[in-house]
Amino acid sequence: MKTVRIGAGLGFYGDSWAPVATTLERGEVQYIASDHLAELTLAILQKDRQRDPALGYTRDLVPMMTALWPLAAKRGVRFLLNAGGLNPQGAAAALAAEFARRGWPACIACVTGDAVLDRMDELRAAGEPLAHLDSGADITEVRDRLLFANAYLGARPLVQALDGGADIVISGRVADAALFMAPLIHEFGWAWDDWPRLAQALTVGHLMECSGQGSGGNFNAYGPTFGGGWEAIPDYAHLGFPIAEVSEDGTAVITKAPGTGGRVSFDTLRQQLLYEVHNPHRYLSPDVILDMGTLRLDDLGDDRVRVAGATGLPAPESLKIVAGYDDGWAGTATIGYCWPEAVKKARTTESVVRQLLAERRLQYDDIHTELLGLDSLLGPLADTSRADELNEVYLRMVVRTRDKRLAEAFPRQIPWLGLSGPPTASGFSGIEPPRQLLGLWPTLVRRDRVEDRVRVDITAVS
Amino acid sequence: MKLVEIAHARSGDKGDRADIGLFAGNEADFKRIAGAVTPERVAAHFRGIADGPVEIWPLPNLLALKIVLNNALQGNAARSLRSDNLGKCLAAALLRMEIE
Repeated sequence: MKTVRIGAGLGFYGDSWAPVATTLERGEVQYIASDHLAELTLAILQKDRQRDPALGYTRDLVPMMTALWPLAAKRGVRFLLNAGGLNPQGAAAALAAEFARRGWPACIACVTGDAVLDRMDELRAAGEPLAHLDSGADITEVRDRLLFANAYLGARPLVQALDGGADIVISGRVADAALFMAPLIHEFGWAWDDWPRLAQALTVGHLMECSGQGSGGNFNAYGPTFGGGWEAIPDYAHLGFPIAEVSEDGTAVITKAPGTGGRVSFDTLRQQLLYEVHNPHRYLSPDVILDMGTLRLDDLGDDRVRVAGATGLPAPESLKIVAGYDDGWAGTATIGYCWPEAVKKARTTESVVRQLLAERRLQYDDIHTELLGLDSLLGPLADTSRADELNEVYLRMVVRTRDKRLAEAFPRQIPWLGLSGPPTASGFSGIEPPRQLLGLWPTLVRRDRVEDRVRVDITAVS
Repeated sequence: MKLVEIAHARSGDKGDRADIGLFAGNEADFKRIAGAVTPERVAAHFRGIADGPVEIWPLPNLLALKIVLNNALQGNAARSLRSDNLGKCLAAALLRMEIE
């Protein structure tokens, strides 16, 4: 029976492509699908594009493909990447220019049409409310502060690009899993209403889209009940990214390249299966709705897990848009104290700073305080019963404000306390510029209003 | 005992929701966890971090509970002031919960 093998590319903008090189060398894959866009990555890219209109794509694209293409081309491996971000055309052009310079022939496809920021008023006029998906709030509340707005496209334009002969498909926002679904639909010719197979494909994509999290990375398990948990995961330094081997009937085996670190097991894979899922009986994608309640993960041993039994429901009538808007600024400062009485000294500095802010009429919408080493990651859930014994602790204070200058002013209230406050203050940091905060606006749109504008352009570099 | 002795977990973010997958090692522990880890108990456990309703779906085929905490991330990860803006540590925090 025919099978298709797909390797996981990056899981986020900033991930390593060394494991992808290993997959190409030893994984016997036909496709690499690479997810560069977390929910918030478009905000980073928007800042790039403000500085230079030619940017707005993830800048790892060209160095990554330059490193990987020599390994891929000789094996006929094709790529799908959402590295286009806010500027898929710019990304495709930059990659094509680099390939041309090196004399590397390739067919590069560019998928556009997901960006709807410039169409928000037009969509409203056409009868799309674009209300906030959770709160129902009216979008006019944030209309003037929107920085980006992109619809999650499905697998169709990616399949079209592969059908058209593309070696490298570059898109902007698509559902992460669609990058993995497209090669399967292209290879097997599955119908767009073959809900059981599309649901299997979505399951495979979801298991693969976070790179190493599908093969033993970030495995949050402890102790003998789970075979030693995270500590027993072999060779983190060479952790192999997951590889899916999918059959024509939709069943799949998740594995990784031989000789790599990490682990593909029932335990590591089910952690990823439920990751960032809300209702597991209605996991939405543009192409199918997945019910995970019937899925079976069978651990075959030797880093192989068989995935079968997904239930598929017809695709939703709307596409999801996620827009981002300017939501103020954060100013941050950090200062450390050592034993003895480290926590008490840090708390005293916190209260002095709060007192000074009040006296100086520096008013912030929120002041957030953490003690790094005591409660910065667990917050109110931290066990503070032995706080007095800590060797050292860092006070981290963060303010929220609509006024950038007020955010800049905050850290400057603190350094003088090094000589004039509680003893042993060390390791101050707070000279970095304030950070822009971002609100998210998820909403829905009738799918034809976006899909009618989706384009696939294929360019041959020779 | 603490949940960490019989379960493992991973957490993630979507907007202002934090979600946690909680996984038992065997059928008996799954039943025990499904009985003990209720929306009320989880909401009380995360008081001060998440102040919205808690939703839980049991998945016997995976020996797992899917848990969603609403109003959990100060709006979303890009406007949160917390060091753990993505809620990555909330799964570990759940594993600290005491059960009968």
